[in-house]
Amino acid sequence: MRRALPIALEIAVPVALLVVWGVWSAQAQTFYFPPLTDILEQFRDTWLFERVGSDVLPSLARLGAGYALAVLVGVLAGIPLGLSRTARRAASPLVEFLRAIPPPALLPPAIVLIGIGDTMKVLIIAFVCVWPVLLNTIDGITGIDPTLNDTARVYGVRGAGRLRRIVLPAASPQIFAGMRTSLSLAVILMVISEMVASTNGIGFFVLESQRSFAIPEMWSGILLLGILGYVLNLVFVGVERRVLAWHRGARKGA
Amino acid sequence: MLEIGGLAKSYGTVEAIREVSFAISEREFVCVVGPSGCGKTTLLKCIAGLLAPSGGHVELRGERVTGPPEEMALVFQEYSRSLLPWLSVRGNVTLPLRHKKLAKDERARLVEEAVDAVGLTRFIDRYPWELSGGMQQRVAIARALAYQPQILLMDEPFASVDAQTRGDLEDLILEVRERYGVTILFVTHDIDESVYLADRIVVLGPSPTSVKEILPVELPHPRDQVDTKELPEFARLRAHVYRLIKRERAAAAK
Repeated sequence: MRRALPIALEIAVPVALLVVWGVWSAQAQTFYFPPLTDILEQFRDTWLFERVGSDVLPSLARLGAGYALAVLVGVLAGIPLGLSRTARRAASPLVEFLRAIPPPALLPPAIVLIGIGDTMKVLIIAFVCVWPVLLNTIDGITGIDPTLNDTARVYGVRGAGRLRRIVLPAASPQIFAGMRTSLSLAVILMVISEMVASTNGIGFFVLESQRSFAIPEMWSGILLLGILGYVLNLVFVGVERRVLAWHRGARKGA
Repeated sequence: MLEIGGLAKSYGTVEAIREVSFAISEREFVCVVGPSGCGKTTLLKCIAGLLAPSGGHVELRGERVTGPPEEMALVFQEYSRSLLPWLSVRGNVTLPLRHKKLAKDERARLVEEAVDAVGLTRFIDRYPWELSGGMQQRVAIARALAYQPQILLMDEPFASVDAQTRGDLEDLILEVRERYGVTILFVTHDIDESVYLADRIVVLGPSPTSVKEILPVELPHPRDQVDTKELPEFARLRAHVYRLIKRERAAAAK
């Protein structure tokens, strides 16, 4: 019973909001807020599954590639920066500068330099998503308990073994925190990059719908993006729970 | 086998250890006891090769210690920070053996034997945070034993467990010493503990540290928490060490 109540609430609140939206929009006489039923109908016609191949999959592919690249580069670059104070000092002004650039401002030069293809979009996503992963990897590594480092030294755990068995696992809770921030950034950048010089993708579809006054279509695209972000986060949390099971256990035990 | 000669350690202008010299012979159990904050941990870290002394030397079998030697294992006071929470008991005990050139079954045998020696065979696939504090420290001891050191350094290993567990662990370490024939250097601030365990006691003065007295403990083996502590010799030694440390503290306060 005690578990059932929160779960019931979690389901009831969104349902209630949808009902309120549905009732209100059914009688609202405005062009820009079509009845919810129209949007849902449009959603079914558009996304189940007519445009999955033409728009959803390309969007997801870019998102996946950009995100994966960011995680890889962020962790790989974070390791030497986390381990060496000198490297950290040397890199910090550059990192702070690059990270301070508002991402959409990078689109014009990216288009000029790389073109308008998928490569550009993937790189834009990666460029933005890399910072939270990088900074959290560095923090995670510099924050490793000195006792743990002493333990590694006493027992002669060095080099790659130390990296794989001690440094990365110890930093992993923080790396995951960075990856989670990056995931929501990836969705944002995916949409933004598709709204500029694009021929497909969910972001492109939303903008095109608006330009052609296909308002229910526009809303259906936004609905899809919301659902997508929600599901991605759910998947992420699921993976994190598995990988960091020890972390939750250790914190509960402490 | 271990010789500490004129060891000194300063941090900048702050003198932590003035001059410490003593030697430990093969299979001996030496306790270093001193008032709180007298630089016991610093001393131990210098001996373990984790800290470079500012003067003097540490020699293990005639070879100068400049980094953690392979023949030495260290059990830290903070077991919860020195064990790896992402590894099971087996994983933790195996860790220092991974880079030693050992056949797989030989390695497994060493690990199982060490876990058995500390009485945790039933818990070998559990995680450290699923175990009590005393059991976690047993894991740390097993890890040190599996490493097959010739000398085992222990830094106030039982300072953060309750009195009952402490007695059990003291007996465990005496037992393990018989079984593995290992030399032990044991640092503590607990006078009773030092008298109960040691073959010889090194009494340190307050910071900046130097050796006040080295006294042999001629209590019969095997020792027993009740019988040994009833002996007049135990009481005499305990009182003697107590006065040494107390007098030092009074002198330091002036």
